[in-house]
Amino acid sequence: MRTQINTAIAFLSGFIMILAFFSANSGIVNFSQNLLTWVTIVGGISLLLGIVSILKVNLKVIQEKGKDWIFKLILVLFVLGMSVCGIVWGIEEKTPFDWLFQNIQSPMMSTMFSILAFFIASAAYRAFRARTLEATILLITAIIVMLGRTPLGQAIWDKLPTYADWIMAYPNLAVQRGIIIGAALGAAAMSLRILLGIERTYMG
Amino acid sequence: MSWEFFGTTLAAFFTLSLYSFLYKDNPFYKLAEHIFAGISAGYYVGLIWHSVIKQQLWTPLFNERQYLLIIPGILGLLMFTRFFSKVSWLSRFSLAFVVGNTAGISLIRQLHGMILPQTRSTFLNVASFSGLVMVLGVLSTLIYFYFSKEHKGALGAVAKLGIWFIMISFGASFGYTVMARVSLLIGRAQFLLTNWLHIIK
Repeated sequence: MRTQINTAIAFLSGFIMILAFFSANSGIVNFSQNLLTWVTIVGGISLLLGIVSILKVNLKVIQEKGKDWIFKLILVLFVLGMSVCGIVWGIEEKTPFDWLFQNIQSPMMSTMFSILAFFIASAAYRAFRARTLEATILLITAIIVMLGRTPLGQAIWDKLPTYADWIMAYPNLAVQRGIIIGAALGAAAMSLRILLGIERTYMG
Repeated sequence: MSWEFFGTTLAAFFTLSLYSFLYKDNPFYKLAEHIFAGISAGYYVGLIWHSVIKQQLWTPLFNERQYLLIIPGILGLLMFTRFFSKVSWLSRFSLAFVVGNTAGISLIRQLHGMILPQTRSTFLNVASFSGLVMVLGVLSTLIYFYFSKEHKGALGAVAKLGIWFIMISFGASFGYTVMARVSLLIGRAQFLLTNWLHIIK
């Protein structure tokens, strides 16, 4: 019975969105817009579920004085500190929340991503050994694109940036399109399966 | 000491702490890593509190008396029943609502916003060499990912062409990613040398 109710809820909430696309009835369109807001609210509250989960897992380690418990304590303090700053003083500019974002989170995010430059270099060494035809194509394309985007590439051969642009605009875009079309077909099929109640694995 | 200088020093400390991982895992990296995880989680709490709970639920519900918003409020709260095994089944109502609604939006978005416009754009300039490359690239990539029939004969040959196209795209994406990461690295080096140490003016 519970499964049937869930399937009915899923079908109705999805069917209204499809109906709104084809319908000119303002009542249906407005209701579908309301449903979008509802999903944002439920989704937003669900994200807080993740935060509660983070706190639960880390508080358990702290309580049991497990491995790296002192770092877990720092993590919990920063979760709570940042949350309190956001809730009490707001998230606008020149608030403690903004100060913490600008001076801690944002620089750390850039640093984390830039660290990947080093790991990519070591991965490139392994991937770029031109052992097969496919690896050679990958190697040559990457070199053309990288050199074509730098002044050095233009100094070596002035037509290199043009070829790099062509690779990005045609063969690369063609593959991206192929992948997008394939993935979209798969997503559409999966959506239909969910709406018709064939796919119910999300219910656990 | 001004707040600005303190902020810059803190940012420099955490930048260097994270880079210290390139040597090996150490307490400075662990400290920075946990603070980053904590502050990122807290950031979403602040963001959701203001942009979702306050702006889209609390204010319209209590100030503008849009009482229908009680439904998503209750559905949201039901998600928390996952922590109590006896009533955890209640959270599936919320999940069914979100998944069903997303599926409905996705079905239309994928067909109307992705498949049809992308297919149309593919065949726009088919008469030119570049346009032909585009058509061949899209078709061969799609055939490479078609697994319902064994890749033999003509199908196998087109799938092979698809692999070459995919390798070109992966190479280009790799080159682009390297450029983006190196740009970020240069940005961090500039921050340390210009904003923090004032070595570069």
